[in-house]
Formats: sequence, structure tokens, C-alpha cells
Amino acid sequence: MKPVDRSDSNFSRMLRAGRFAVTVEVGPPAGPTTESITRQIGILRGYADAYNVTDNQAATVHMSSLATCIMLKQAGMEPVLQLTCRDRNRLALQSDLVGAAGHGIANILALSGDHIAGGDHPQAKPVYDLDSINLVRMARMMRDDGVFENGKPIPKAAPDFFIGAVANPFAPPYDFRPLRLAKKVAAGAQFIQTQLIFNVPRFREFMARVVDLGLHEQVYILAGVGPVRSLRAAHFMRDQVAGLDVPDWVVARLEGLPKAEQQRAGLELCIEIAQQVREIEGVAGLHIMAVGWPSAIPPIVEALGLHPRPLAEPLDWVSLGALSLEAMGER
Amino acid sequence: MAWRNYLQDHPGPLGWAWEATAWVLRRARPWLERVGLERASRWLLPVETALKKPLFDCQACGQCVLHYTGMTCPMTCPKQLRNGPCGGVRANGHCEVYPERPCVWVQALTRIERTPYAAEKHRLNPPVDWRLEGMASWATHALERDQIPTGSETLVRYATERWEEVANEAR
Repeated sequence: MKPVDRSDSNFSRMLRAGRFAVTVEVGPPAGPTTESITRQIGILRGYADAYNVTDNQAATVHMSSLATCIMLKQAGMEPVLQLTCRDRNRLALQSDLVGAAGHGIANILALSGDHIAGGDHPQAKPVYDLDSINLVRMARMMRDDGVFENGKPIPKAAPDFFIGAVANPFAPPYDFRPLRLAKKVAAGAQFIQTQLIFNVPRFREFMARVVDLGLHEQVYILAGVGPVRSLRAAHFMRDQVAGLDVPDWVVARLEGLPKAEQQRAGLELCIEIAQQVREIEGVAGLHIMAVGWPSAIPPIVEALGLHPRPLAEPLDWVSLGALSLEAMGER
Repeated sequence: MAWRNYLQDHPGPLGWAWEATAWVLRRARPWLERVGLERASRWLLPVETALKKPLFDCQACGQCVLHYTGMTCPMTCPKQLRNGPCGGVRANGHCEVYPERPCVWVQALTRIERTPYAAEKHRLNPPVDWRLEGMASWATHALERDQIPTGSETLVRYATERWEEVANEAR
């Protein structure tokens, strides 16, 4: 059974309607000037159903995810608020969640977060008051039970969330990864975005196990893809980024090409991988991450035949009623 | 710490030790209730730490989950994750933060299969209650002050069929 939610989010309605969804990553700027956001808005508008806003990506200081989400929302684009457990205790996490709800931001994505040891403030105190699973659980409690994490009721109204979490099929222990996904679903996750996929056979194995467990019927899984910009980037991702699996054949595809050709090869590679993963059973959409290269996204989405993005039908009273009946049936 | 790794990699006896401890704690409960958590901790914590620090690198969180986590302390994970490994585990099974150390959760999930508690890997462990840090988890366990899911949820959920079983017991 699919998760039942009544959240007024275009993204959730798309998934619920069984349409293939597209999400895209937006990186907030490191400083207070908002030009880069406006630029990304200009490039990316209309190319995704929702836009993930990263939260101090790579454990380096950036404009807050919530502030950037609000900017996207004001530009008429639907944001996904990424929240890491690295920088906030449960009070701060909840205040950001309530703040998001207050601004009509329903889509949230819970992550543990890269450790500060690899970031720009290694001297800071890592928080990890909750883990990502408990963050998912807390958001679900706030929505479904109308309580804060301490069990006290939230005044006036429960916030409305479409709750997401992440999965990395490419980090050991591989056979536990689908079970960890099951834990996230049990905690209340409604959609999953995966780590960047380069090793398609490994992802296929992961999804087969996920389908075995029946998880693809309880949660919408968006496969993570992204273009490699240069040979240097490919080397960096293969050798320096923990939790990424970049096979040697990916690097070999870029080797010996001039710079401009490398970009084109990176784009082609991303499109190829996207075409392969969208055919895999249980994949409900794509999550495209192009770190520092937003202009790569429109050609990828177009090449995949996923542009223009259709608008999901708004929830009318009839389907709301049907959803409530469905919910009653589940109980 | 070869002997420590050996013991943790063959966690059978550690499991028996836990069963024995749990048995004693159930019987000690009336005494613990009489003296209260704080005073009991003052007596028990030095003993508990003396045993668990060398064995598990115990961090004295006051709410021990060792038997749920393959006799491997999840508080020694740099992110203190209690519900499984993060996405940063290296291809060789080592930690994202300390490349020379094996991931705590990779070890935990290997070891848990050698204990009678293998099904506990599906358990959704609640977040740490930081008020219990520095208390003896023997006392918090006996007094059922540990492992309380906060909020309106009254039971700990399991991610697979175990969840149905636990839910039925609770009904």
C-alpha cells in the first residue's frame, strides 16, 4: 500500500498519481548575496517537480537551507528542505520544521549529514542529537500525532509534511542497506532519494532486494544521478568522497579528452545511466544532482524526454474523500 | 586491543554475561527502587565503567543498547548513530571520519549475527536521553528508565515482520 498523505505538495501529488517524478538539487550560496540563487532559479525553473536545497553541504557553511527554500517558494518553485542532524539538536530541528510548515514548505528530507571532520569547521562540536531515522520519526509524530518530540501537543495545528529520507546502496554493509531503508519506512519516510548512481549493477541488486521486501510499494524511490564535469572531478569523486562508488570505466570514459569534450562526455554518461535506472522496477523518479553545474540539468531532463514537467492535478474534494476512505480502510 | 576485538568478534560469552546481568538486575529492582537512580548510579557506575570501558570503550550514555547492536558500542561511532551505519562508510568497510578504523556499524552487524539477538538489527532505537548520561545503565535498565521512545509513541517499532509480533504483544 502506498503511503497516504494529504499534503498540498505538487511533488507528492505527482508521485501519488504514478507519474515519473524529477527532483533537482540547488546549492545555497556561501555568502549573503543571493545572485547565485536567482541564477539557478532562472536556469532550473520548470525542469523539476521539486528542488532540493542542501543543508551546509559537505559540512561547510552556506546560507541556511530554510532561507533558500523560502526564496524558491517565492519564485513559485516547490522546495525540498534538506535537514541534517549534524548541526542542530532536536529543538533547532523542530523549530526549522515548524518554520518550514509556516511558510508552506511541505517536502522535507532527513539526513545524518557529512561529518564536520571533512568540512570547513573541523573544530566545531558535531551535534547528532537525533539520527536521520529518529528525525523522520519526529517529523511523522509532529504531523500525525500533532505533538513535539517531548510528547506535548503543538499549539493550534499540526504541521503538514511530505517526509523524505536518503539511501546509499553503495556503502558497506551492502546487504544491510535495504534493511536500513525498511527502518526508515517504518519510521515514516514517504519518499527516498538515493546517492549518486554510477555502479548500475550494484543499484540493480539493491533495488531487487527492496522489491523483495515490498518496500517499493510503501515508499517512492528516486534514483540519484548526476553529470561528472571533468576528469579531475571524476578522480576526486572516485578517490576522495566516502560513500561514492565511481567505477574505473566511468573515469576511463573521460580520459584523454579535451576539457570541453569531457563535459559533453559527462553529460552523455549521466543520461545513459539515467535511462538505465529509470527502467529498474521500483524506481519512481530521478533525483538529479549537478554540484556547481546547474546549466547541465536542462539538457539532461530534455534528453530524457521529461520536459516540460506536467502539473499534478490539485487535490479536489472527491479525491480527498477517496483518500480519507483509503486511510480508514488501512485502519 | 587484540583481546578486545577477539571477545567482541566471538560475542557468545558476552551475550551470556548480559543475560546473567539482566537476571541479577531483575532481582535487584526492589533495592534499586528504594535507593533511587542517582544513589544507585554512584555505587554501580564505577563497577560498570570498570568492566565496560576496557571491553567496549563504554561512553557511559546511561542507556546501554549493546545487546541490540552486536555487543559493539554505537556511541563510539563519530556520529553516535544508534540505528545503523551512515552513508559514508568506505568501500573497505572503514569509517568516513577515521579511515584507519573499521566502521562501528559494519562490525556491529557482523557480530550481531553471532548472538541470539540478530533480529534486533530491525529495531528502531529511540534517540539518546541525555539526562541519563553518566548514570549507570544497569540502574536505568532495571528501573525501565532507558529506551523510552519519547512523545506519543508507546512502543519501539521494528522494521520488518518483527514489528507485527511486537505490536501484538503490546495489544
